[in-house]
Amino acid sequence: MRKFVTLPLLLAAMGALIAACGGGGADDDLKRDVVRNYADGAHAMYSKSLASAVALDQAIDSFLAAPSAVRLDAAKRAWLLARDDYGPTEIYRFYDGPIDNEEDGPEGLVNAWPLDEAYIDYVEGDPGAGIINNPGGFPVIDADLIVSLNEEGGEANVSTGWHAIEFLLWGQDMNEDGPGLRPVEDYTTNDNADRRSTYLATASDVLVRHLRDMVDAWSPSISGNYRSEFLSVDSDEALRRMITGIGEMSRGELAGERMTVAYEARSQEDEHSCFADNTTADIIANAYGVWLVYIGDYGTVNGPGVRDLIAAEDEELAQQLEDEIRRSVALARAIPAPFDQHLREGVSDGDPGRQAVLNAIVALEDQTDTIVEAAESIGITISVS
Amino acid sequence: MKRVSGWPAAVLLIAAALPATSLVGCSQGDRIDESLLFDERLGGETTAFSSGRNAFELSARNLTNEERRRFEVGDSFFNQNWVTAPASTAARDGLGPTFNAQACASCHTHDGRAKPPDNDDDPERGLLLRLNVPGPDGPEDDPVYGGQLQDRAILRIAPEGRISIHYEEVPGTYPDGTPYSLRKPTYTVVDTAYGPLHPNVTISPRIGPAIIGMGLLEAIPAESILAAADPDDADGDGISGRPNMVTDLRTGGTALGRFGWKAGQPTVEQQAAGAFQGDIGITSALFPEQNCPPAQQACREALSGGMPEIDSERLSTVTFYVQTLAVPAMRDVDDSQVREGAQLFAQANCIACHTPQHATDTSHPIRPLREQTIYPYTDLLLHDMGEGLADGQQEGLASGSEWRTPPLWGIGLVDVVSGHTMLLHDGRARGLEEAILWHGGEAQASRDAFMALSAEERAALVRFLESL
Repeated sequence: MRKFVTLPLLLAAMGALIAACGGGGADDDLKRDVVRNYADGAHAMYSKSLASAVALDQAIDSFLAAPSAVRLDAAKRAWLLARDDYGPTEIYRFYDGPIDNEEDGPEGLVNAWPLDEAYIDYVEGDPGAGIINNPGGFPVIDADLIVSLNEEGGEANVSTGWHAIEFLLWGQDMNEDGPGLRPVEDYTTNDNADRRSTYLATASDVLVRHLRDMVDAWSPSISGNYRSEFLSVDSDEALRRMITGIGEMSRGELAGERMTVAYEARSQEDEHSCFADNTTADIIANAYGVWLVYIGDYGTVNGPGVRDLIAAEDEELAQQLEDEIRRSVALARAIPAPFDQHLREGVSDGDPGRQAVLNAIVALEDQTDTIVEAAESIGITISVS
Repeated sequence: MKRVSGWPAAVLLIAAALPATSLVGCSQGDRIDESLLFDERLGGETTAFSSGRNAFELSARNLTNEERRRFEVGDSFFNQNWVTAPASTAARDGLGPTFNAQACASCHTHDGRAKPPDNDDDPERGLLLRLNVPGPDGPEDDPVYGGQLQDRAILRIAPEGRISIHYEEVPGTYPDGTPYSLRKPTYTVVDTAYGPLHPNVTISPRIGPAIIGMGLLEAIPAESILAAADPDDADGDGISGRPNMVTDLRTGGTALGRFGWKAGQPTVEQQAAGAFQGDIGITSALFPEQNCPPAQQACREALSGGMPEIDSERLSTVTFYVQTLAVPAMRDVDDSQVREGAQLFAQANCIACHTPQHATDTSHPIRPLREQTIYPYTDLLLHDMGEGLADGQQEGLASGSEWRTPPLWGIGLVDVVSGHTMLLHDGRARGLEEAILWHGGEAQASRDAFMALSAEERAALVRFLESL
């Protein structure tokens, strides 16, 4: 015999069910929306990064076609602009995704640091150093060569990527108050100018290729790519990856690796964009990436973010984390550039610049604890540095 | 093995009192108190709860924020590549001139365990060769190649040579008829840059191990390790346990060796500094000499990254990092197969050397490592492991067939962290079972006891190890 449940009873049962799911039972549809919005955001952000890397590539080609100080400056400006778009995409690291999985993630080819300058070109004290100045050992410079050398020994030699291009545009930063000053003659009359030109053009091409791979990995119009896997796994697993990414970026990577290390080690060039003195911009871009994922607003793509999920369980906690992330981004922006002036010997810890660096570090550490707690509140356990 | 008093000793006592033959198939009445065999928090309060790829990378959970910042600085110098000198990143230059790896993390990737190359073309370089020539007063370096083969070099310098490995399958059978096969390696050095190695050279292959919990091992009081030693096997149980006494370069005195495959180094700092010099070519106050024997002229003339290349403050920070890496928690603590496997591990007397429990001291300089009850499964002593594993190379007091008992914590996570299960000092064992079957010498009785178990029991014992 069929039984019909009356409407009030049905509602009561649903209420009980919802109550029973509290603390980890965030709405499944909302979870899926947050995950999908994140994937859409990845595609949008990598597309933007690709576009500005292509503009950089064109500026480099234009410079190499007719080297001049003006065109070198234009290429440097294009690098700085492109860097601003790449920085926030680093929030898609730390969970074996397309950018940094062990099998074929190109992170080591795109953004590895520190750069083995003398592996690439001459350096102060060793004018004959590098692949560029070794035509006997490396007769042909092409993409296959520099990619294969990067993997020599099963690890990155860092002969490619953002910082290789940066080094080839700026040269070593030998002056205390500004970035490196590579002469235009390195691309005209100086030794091995032709090989240097080929190296720069090739490194730029390889970077564009790797960013295009990232766009494809997250593209909604390509089947069987990472995005389709990401959207098909359990929402909680996708969220675990996302939140691991913002947690690891906040503390282990940004507060730790990028800031504390330079802050404590005090080696003036022990900073990521040491040739261009662009390190503070890198830091801001990385901190901002956390904000994007938390809020779910990726510029051209806008939808629910991690915040909405936390808020469904605990609005107060969601607001606290929002405030903390907003604060860490603001404190990152408050660090006076160039970053390396805070690393000099003799600058006391009470110096406002060093204080600003430390304030941002502490804010990022604090927000990480809240990220772990917020993840727990929706039933997701993450382990971060 | 000497009988001693104290917590860990209680386990040893029970194990030692049982004749090996009666260990197999002992009744429920002989079960050992589980709290002596394992605990979910293998590393005490340092224990981190992660069983993913980052399981070995996390800091001890009881660090303060300031301590964790120091950990992160050390992490950076552990993970990032060293580069050719001179470089803008002056704190990180001085690679080579000859080297095996560009970073600590090249071999200890994710702070985990390296594996031998699959073939001669495999760029994997997590295995290195120590070279020694017997001399009148003990082992000496190879006169041309030094104490270790460096198979890579910076541009314009020749690598010393290359490792070539040949494996031979050696089949065997369990008493119950189940077949198995072990692969026996032979090492040769090819593409030598300065002519042949010395005719009397001994070659000791060494794989980069996982580096979790080393600070905790350092914090075990030397007295309790020495108390468990029985160099002459006075108790006649067939298990000696000898300490390797080595020079502590900081104090100039003799100290208990704890680290390295033959316990050749007394402290985490000295182990790290030795690896910096031998493996990466980075000099330090402890090892100030560039690794370029007299015959290698170009190597000797290459530019240095400073004197020394890693200063004492940074070396101490990397040391702190290694000391404070957390030990991951045990999994499946309540699983009946795991619990049964732990009992079998004890009954087969594996615990005679793989001592489950230790207590750390009250005075280690790093506060979070003090007064912890830990489960590393090692006695940190040397044992003769038989001809099968012998490399014929002496190191300090360690003979050519002695090896230090390696810790087993984290061993079940090697696959997830490092993507392989190649075990023992050179990665010859393709899994836990093969590693057990390679045990000989003082461990022969335990190996035989394992072999005599039923297939189900063997699986339980292995499952216990996988839970660590």
